[in-house]
Amino acid sequence: MATLELKGITKRFPGVLANDQVDLKVSSGEILGLLGENGAGKTTLMNILYGLYGADEGEILIDGEPQQFSGPGDAISAGIGMVHQHFMLVPVFSVTENVVLGVEPVGFGGVIDMKEAKKEVRDISKQYGLEVDPDAVIEDIPVGIQQRVEIIKVLFRHAEFLIFDEPTAVLTPQEVEEFFGILNGLKEAGKAIIFITHKLKEVLEVSDRIAVLRRGAMVGEAEPATATENDLATLMVGRPVELVVNKETSDPGAAVLEVRDLVVIGDRDQMALAGVSFDVRAGEIVGVAGVQGNGQTELVEALTGLRDVTSGTVKISGTEVTHATPRQIHGHSVAHVPEDRQRSGLVMPFTITENVVLDAYYEEPYSHGISMDWKAAREKAADLVEQYDVRTPSTEIPASSLSGGNQQKVIVAREFGRDVKLVIASQPTRGIDVGSIEYIHERIVEERDEGAALLIVSTELDEVLALSDRILVMFDGHIVAEYQGGSVTAAEIGLSMAGAAP
Amino acid sequence: MTTKTVALDEGVVRTPAEIKRSRYLGITYLLLAAIVLFFFWRWSGDLGNFTFKLARPLDPSAPDLTLSASRTTMIVAVVLAGLGGFQLAKGFGKFNNMVLGFGIFLFIFAFLGWATAQSSLGAFSMVGMMKATIVRSVPITLGALAGVMSERVAVINIAIEGQLLAGAFVAVVVASPLATADDSLFLGAPLGSWIGVGAAILAGMLLAWVLAVLAIRYIVDQIIVGVVITIFVGGMTAFLALRWLADNPQLNQAPIFKSIGLPGLSSIPFLGPVLFDHNIFVFGAFILVAALTFLLFRTRWGLRARAVGEHPGAADTLGVNVYRTRYLNVIIGGAVAGFGGAFFTLGSVGRFDENMTNGRGFIGLAAMIFGRWHPVGAMAAGLVFGFADAMSQTLGILQTGIPSEFLGMTPFIATIFVVAGVVGKARPPAADGQPYIKQ
Repeated sequence: MATLELKGITKRFPGVLANDQVDLKVSSGEILGLLGENGAGKTTLMNILYGLYGADEGEILIDGEPQQFSGPGDAISAGIGMVHQHFMLVPVFSVTENVVLGVEPVGFGGVIDMKEAKKEVRDISKQYGLEVDPDAVIEDIPVGIQQRVEIIKVLFRHAEFLIFDEPTAVLTPQEVEEFFGILNGLKEAGKAIIFITHKLKEVLEVSDRIAVLRRGAMVGEAEPATATENDLATLMVGRPVELVVNKETSDPGAAVLEVRDLVVIGDRDQMALAGVSFDVRAGEIVGVAGVQGNGQTELVEALTGLRDVTSGTVKISGTEVTHATPRQIHGHSVAHVPEDRQRSGLVMPFTITENVVLDAYYEEPYSHGISMDWKAAREKAADLVEQYDVRTPSTEIPASSLSGGNQQKVIVAREFGRDVKLVIASQPTRGIDVGSIEYIHERIVEERDEGAALLIVSTELDEVLALSDRILVMFDGHIVAEYQGGSVTAAEIGLSMAGAAP
Repeated sequence: MTTKTVALDEGVVRTPAEIKRSRYLGITYLLLAAIVLFFFWRWSGDLGNFTFKLARPLDPSAPDLTLSASRTTMIVAVVLAGLGGFQLAKGFGKFNNMVLGFGIFLFIFAFLGWATAQSSLGAFSMVGMMKATIVRSVPITLGALAGVMSERVAVINIAIEGQLLAGAFVAVVVASPLATADDSLFLGAPLGSWIGVGAAILAGMLLAWVLAVLAIRYIVDQIIVGVVITIFVGGMTAFLALRWLADNPQLNQAPIFKSIGLPGLSSIPFLGPVLFDHNIFVFGAFILVAALTFLLFRTRWGLRARAVGEHPGAADTLGVNVYRTRYLNVIIGGAVAGFGGAFFTLGSVGRFDENMTNGRGFIGLAAMIFGRWHPVGAMAAGLVFGFADAMSQTLGILQTGIPSEFLGMTPFIATIFVVAGVVGKARPPAADGQPYIKQ
């Protein structure tokens, strides 16, 4: 029986204590759930364990023996395998090529023995019930299968200790169930598993023990049998957290957004949207659920004027805006919270002030003729920072120095901080802490109660379920199902998300 | 996410881009047919026959190809029109590119036939033109191979032109004093010439190393580094040629590598002289294409190199040394380019002239893209450009009335046409041009 132990691990980055005297232990045949918010230091800890960073203090023990890792190669040969949150797969390589990369079976002259490699992949896949086609090319297979390839990859390297970093983030509910089956199979085969997540439900379902990390320090352990979601959330955040969104039933008015037969071509010339029609009415939150890559990104881009529409129509408050520019659409009182806050939501090197007037800098009161009125802009920024609880020492620091949650609040402040009739928000709470999620959800519901129409696109099914009055499910460029909020379970939506007929 | 062609209703599996391309191709065929019909046929109706010579006096004998100009152009026009019609109506699907190649071949055949028939000579040496095609493709292919090696590990090498020029210069300067005409020959050249080739390879490697250090360690913009190296080498060699070689002509006259006829193969009619009777640079290019294809796609080293170019993060987490792989590949690419540079002097004219590479390195870059970052594709593209080059030369001899300045532009026009229109969307290595910064 093998044991992996971390003792007193401390890691400092300039100005941040990422890990503070962390102790951790996991043994064969056991699943340890490592729970913590984004920025709690989970990933740093695992990168130390995987040899990507060196720890400032503390040691790593395997079966009581101290280890020195100067790179991932050392960690791999010590039996540690990591399945990264963002898969480390080469998209144009086959399954087998990805599995053997770095430890290729070779014959004379460094020629790869593909036959042998394929056989080994097949053997592992049979032994652990990880069904894959060794010849399939990664970019052609679904994310769930790609994850299997990652698991085969670590097993191929004879890993005894498997680390999964947020493995369920990209999976459909059905794939999550399958994944838990695989985890249990690995556990029974005698592997030691560390399962990193911020999802309370999942950690309770699958772990044998739960360790909670907060601000770099281990703040407690819990037993899945006795702990509740609320206990864990409190431990994780450091204060009691409201896990459900409180809202009255909706009272929708006239349609604000009308989409008819929308066809949009994606970046790879594929049909991203194949004729989509729906309405969003005033005072209503419509959630769009679906696994990432089924047309949601293109839908939001098309509605906000960022992508050409091939055919179909889009109307906002009765005016046709199908081919309108983003600024024209903005002029129709539309707020847009984009999917990737760092790429399209904010200009990272700009200050908070500059970022909050990005959508209106050309208008009064921020500019008079060709000259900017920075005083007015600063006043507005100070106002919004106060009102939207953005935690920052000043409005004159670059957006890049804020935490993810606060960056998101800056975007929400800019977009909601004026009269809006329609809100289009994509992944509004991706990668931010529970406290900020709670806050942003409250603002979304508030906008609805003030009579705005809201379209919320999220791959987090729990978020869609919690917020939506009506839920649309997208699959392969189509809306495949529509549900009333509150009357549907995650399992039902999950089936539609996977493309099964409702 | 996954790349897939989503089937529309009624099972149409063509994306709008494909449909657009199909239409574009169809119209191109019809246009070509029209040119052949109204331009060549009308004019060559009374031109009589034309003759393509398939053997030169000392070559293995082969009969001449003599055809009626009017009949040939008429048939070609009809076939091209048929291709265009079919392309517009249904499309050739996955055979699109093959059919396009065939269509262009027909057009060029008709054009050459017309040009020959209207010329006072009435005949020209096809074997000479094809042989020139192969020879002229060599520096382009080698330049493209250098690009492939470098870009497969995601380092953009725009310095190929400079590496070629440096190779050309160093080769002749080293070989001239060392090689004398009465030395015994090894594979077509005295030992001194071989040392010149070795020096050219080292020069290419040195420049590649400079590129690698600046691009990989100091993360300088790769395009800028490449341009700077090219300009530097251009200026430096021009200066040295003017100030130093001009006063020391004995340093600028080296024996040229002689042709080697492969036993047996070189006596095949037509194909023998075209393919199997060349100097070592031509055979070297063929061998390098085969060797690099094997290395890149069959060996452990190649798998790791390609992984570094596609997803360096993944390669790194699996214990592959990203930096070392990049250095190694870029420097191998430099060696290939240096060898290609030696061709300009030792393989061709035996002396160095200012800017004698004349953009071949950049055409090589285009050939790399046209060849989709694959050594075999790079060679095929090199041959296309080599053909454009050889044909412009032939047309000059045939006196078509087209000004020679225009004919000289042919390879460059072919480059623009090929890169803009024919290639379609080629996909470079995913991390191409991006420096890798370890966390």
